[in-house]
Amino acid sequence: MLRTLLSEDLPKSRVLAFLLAAIVLALFLTPFLVPGAKAMGVAAKILVFVVLVASYDLLLGYTGIVSFAHTMFFGIGAYGVAIAFTRLGPSWGALAAGLAGAVLLSALLAFVIGLFSLRVRAIFYAMITLAVASAFQTLASQLSDLTGGEDGLNFKVPEVLSPAFELHPDPVLGASLDGKLLTYYLVFAAAMLLFLAMLRIINSPFGRVLVAIRENDFRAEALGYRVVVYRTWSNVLAAVFATLAGSLLALWLRYNGPDTSLSFEIMLDILLMVVIGGMGTLYGALVGAALFVVAQSYLQDLLRLAHGALEGVPVVSALASPDRWLFWLGLLFVLSVYYFPAGIVGRLGNKR
Amino acid sequence: MSSTPVLETRDLTIRFGGHVAVDAVSCAFHAGTLTAIVGPNGAGKTTYFNLISGQLAATAGDVLLDGVSLAGMPPSARTRAGLGRAFQLTNLFPNLSVIENVRLAVQARARVGLDLWQIWSRRRDLIARAEHVLERVALQSRRDAVAASLPHGDQRKLEVAMLLALEPEVFMFDEPTAGMSVDEVPVILDLIRGIKQDASKTVLLVEHKMDVVRELADRIIVLHNGALMADGEPEAVIASPVVQEAYLGMAPVAGEAT
Ligand SMILES: Nc1ncnc2c1ncn2[C@@H]1O[C@H](COP(=O)(O)OP(=O)(O)OP(=O)(O)O)[C@@H](O)[C@H]1O
Ligand SMILES: [Mg+2]
Repeated sequence: MLRTLLSEDLPKSRVLAFLLAAIVLALFLTPFLVPGAKAMGVAAKILVFVVLVASYDLLLGYTGIVSFAHTMFFGIGAYGVAIAFTRLGPSWGALAAGLAGAVLLSALLAFVIGLFSLRVRAIFYAMITLAVASAFQTLASQLSDLTGGEDGLNFKVPEVLSPAFELHPDPVLGASLDGKLLTYYLVFAAAMLLFLAMLRIINSPFGRVLVAIRENDFRAEALGYRVVVYRTWSNVLAAVFATLAGSLLALWLRYNGPDTSLSFEIMLDILLMVVIGGMGTLYGALVGAALFVVAQSYLQDLLRLAHGALEGVPVVSALASPDRWLFWLGLLFVLSVYYFPAGIVGRLGNKR
Repeated sequence: MSSTPVLETRDLTIRFGGHVAVDAVSCAFHAGTLTAIVGPNGAGKTTYFNLISGQLAATAGDVLLDGVSLAGMPPSARTRAGLGRAFQLTNLFPNLSVIENVRLAVQARARVGLDLWQIWSRRRDLIARAEHVLERVALQSRRDAVAASLPHGDQRKLEVAMLLALEPEVFMFDEPTAGMSVDEVPVILDLIRGIKQDASKTVLLVEHKMDVVRELADRIIVLHNGALMADGEPEAVIASPVVQEAYLGMAPVAGEAT
């Protein structure tokens, strides 16, 4: 059962298995372990990014394609849901319509970009995706009637998922049983399912061909695998998963704007998470996203504490200023790449 | 041998700038035969193979498989149509294990590459077939080694194993034993001999070692500066003055080229 769920791709070491189990368990229990809106928000963001980063690794780590258009697909998913809820009202039908529209648009775009440009050299492909993504970003802010422009869209979600919905009047273990909690578990379940689906894909015959193409596309072609077809499919699949991740984010935030789902900063974050977790290992997405998002969200708090404690110590307290959190994040990144060039999961023996 | 040839090239030509690497080569290959292709270094043997298997596009001429033109077909489609090729310069999936290299060939042959939902490691049948092929090239002891870590001779064997796993109609060997140590060569030659026994298979063998050619070939064709210079029974071709002079006189017979 577990083997089938994990597609026979069990973590290769005990430490890794323990780490993964701990992360999943922590995410599952967050609303009760660490009550409060912030913790649940951070956990939801991790879940969304697990899917997003894993889908990017499908492309980068497994197929060897460098694309900068991944946030575009993420954005399409988020905007799809946001626009559908804004226009059609807070119904499940609107959610379905938004999802379907976004997935179709992403698949089509990824297919066209892939078919026309995956034949060119990797560096040109990366540049093409960069251009398409910038064009899309501009388009999204121009079409402000539809997208809300720079302000984005605030919208209502179906009743059961709204914070006002009460499952039970009394809180349990400090967590109020409301629509927000239900949304969290919806996001949790969806993220896990999507992750397992990707795990299945990379452990399917198709997934093995992707690895073969990454290793030696010339030979893969000579064996009878039409490389451009596999690359295109990989591109489409990665785009669809990124789109679904975007939809989850919008559903969770009940808001979407260019900065939450389309900005290049997110693209950068994805790259960092892939590298920290380990390229070419899907479990790396789980570890990378968890570590990165937690650091991103709590480093400032941590520094504030340190800053308070170190008050009066000249240079050190300045370094520990909460405004320096980006510096510390960068330092963490450099150190992790230096010590774990294959990523954390790669280091723990799951390189594939 | 009046039946339609399995493979045929008609005026097959490729020009690189001003240099004609393969020059209007017309040749037909029939099932159940082994044709050796010989010629000095740079004669165009590998380029001829590249034109047949589709890695290079011909400047002129055509390749026909079972009477059907392959013009415009990518290498993958030609492989699926029954052309199998082992490369002169070893061409593997370097960071994957030996078994995985072969399994990918088996999987290509089984046409399950686009399956997204099966778990590959549960296809015991495909893995067993790959293991069987490894035994045939005497590489089973290196099953789980990373391909790039193999010594040269074993990499050549793996190259041949991947060709066997494809179970093609036409086998194209490009100097399969080059760089192998003396005791490794017989395994490969036995394999080629075995394929030759099968009357439905067609074998093309580029080989520099004349003793091997003499023993295995039903027919020899000689390429020289890209052109077909001689074509016929082994003894006759080897004995012909033009070949003696242009090729055998020039290149060391047991010489080695990679
Ligand atoms: N892609 C290419 N671009 C330009 N020239 C090429 C290309 N491929 C082959 N050639 C040239 O074509 C000629 C034939 O080369 P080829 O590799 O076919 O010779 P060969 O008969 O296989 O020699 P060897 O016995 O050394 O393997 C050589 O002069 C080579 O430099
Ligand atoms: Mg050659």
